[in-house]
Amino acid sequence: MRTDDLIKAIAADTGRKEAPIGRTWLLCVTAGFMLAALVFSVLLGPRPDFQAVLSTIRFPLKFLLVAILLASTIPLVQALARPGARPPMWAALAAPTAVVIAVLVELSVLPREAWVSSWIGTNLWVCLTYIPLIGLGPLAIMIAALRKGAPTRPVLTGAMAGVVAGGVAAMFYAAHCTDDSPLFVAAWYSIAIGILAGVGALAGRYALRW
Amino acid sequence: MTPQMDARLSELLRAALDGDQAAYANFLREIAGLVRATIGRRVGSSSGLDPEDIVQETLLAIHLKRHTWRADSPLGPWVHAIARYKIVDAFRRHGRAVSVDIDDFSDQLASEEQRTVSERDLERALECLTSGQRDVVSAISLEGKSITETATRLGMKETAVRVALHRGLAAIAQRFGGGG
Repeated sequence: MRTDDLIKAIAADTGRKEAPIGRTWLLCVTAGFMLAALVFSVLLGPRPDFQAVLSTIRFPLKFLLVAILLASTIPLVQALARPGARPPMWAALAAPTAVVIAVLVELSVLPREAWVSSWIGTNLWVCLTYIPLIGLGPLAIMIAALRKGAPTRPVLTGAMAGVVAGGVAAMFYAAHCTDDSPLFVAAWYSIAIGILAGVGALAGRYALRW
Repeated sequence: MTPQMDARLSELLRAALDGDQAAYANFLREIAGLVRATIGRRVGSSSGLDPEDIVQETLLAIHLKRHTWRADSPLGPWVHAIARYKIVDAFRRHGRAVSVDIDDFSDQLASEEQRTVSERDLERALECLTSGQRDVVSAISLEGKSITETATRLGMKETAVRVALHRGLAAIAQRFGGGG
């Protein structure tokens, strides 16, 4: 087909308009949150002493770290879905930096004998199972949203969507888990979120090309 | 792309998004010229790649992803990123990894479609369509009919013509191998 002829066909196709991709993405992140909340309340639920531990330092700190992760990576993925948007990749370093600081402070206040037990905790396998499990549904919704976009780096975009889904899942999982040390969070939350990033990268490779 | 050119093309695309078909056709012709000039220098005749295929792929991608452009942001980087993605993708599918280093469209003159490549086989682009989509797409593109004329001729409702056209274009874009 001549390019001029193709242009005639394209120009006539003005009927259907997709919603702006930024809005679609934020809607789907919200939907992911709701799905994660549902799965969490069915499978796990918050720990019994939830109210009491709110006034500690380490328990709320978990939510702060996850909030930093979400606040920095949600806009990042939004930019990755738009061609030429120059996504601020440095934003991806915000959460790791905060975690490193939390770990250093924890090591300085915790007696050396308690390091290993705080790091291994008691919920290691629960964490590694449930964060990916709760995050899978949100990740699927987010990948579906990104298919409406035009990510020029599909694998990276999928991986970062996995990180967002992991953050959403961790936000809920943290309310269940009794291991509050930053040492535990740094080690096992990271691996659990990393698993979702891997799934997201794979999904990106196959589902986000356009 | 100069700021003036960016502003002018943005204006055309905004009009197009509001349903102005003539503005949209002008916009697409200008973009085709820019992309063709960029690609022409990258894709030699020995590569087995048809540069005009990549031009068409880029136009379809711009069309199907036009909702990813924000009307308040510059157009140049957006078009450029899509063209670049499509060029790299075309090379990748031909089994060659390339690092495409394309400068912005700044110092390039738009180039015309060459006669030789315009003799391309019509069937090749349309063979992936259902017969209904093919009727609609060829009436509008080859014969230059409007949506209304096409609907009357084929005895279809206008909405059905629009749907067939949209699906047909999406199918042609898919044929180029972009996957999802």
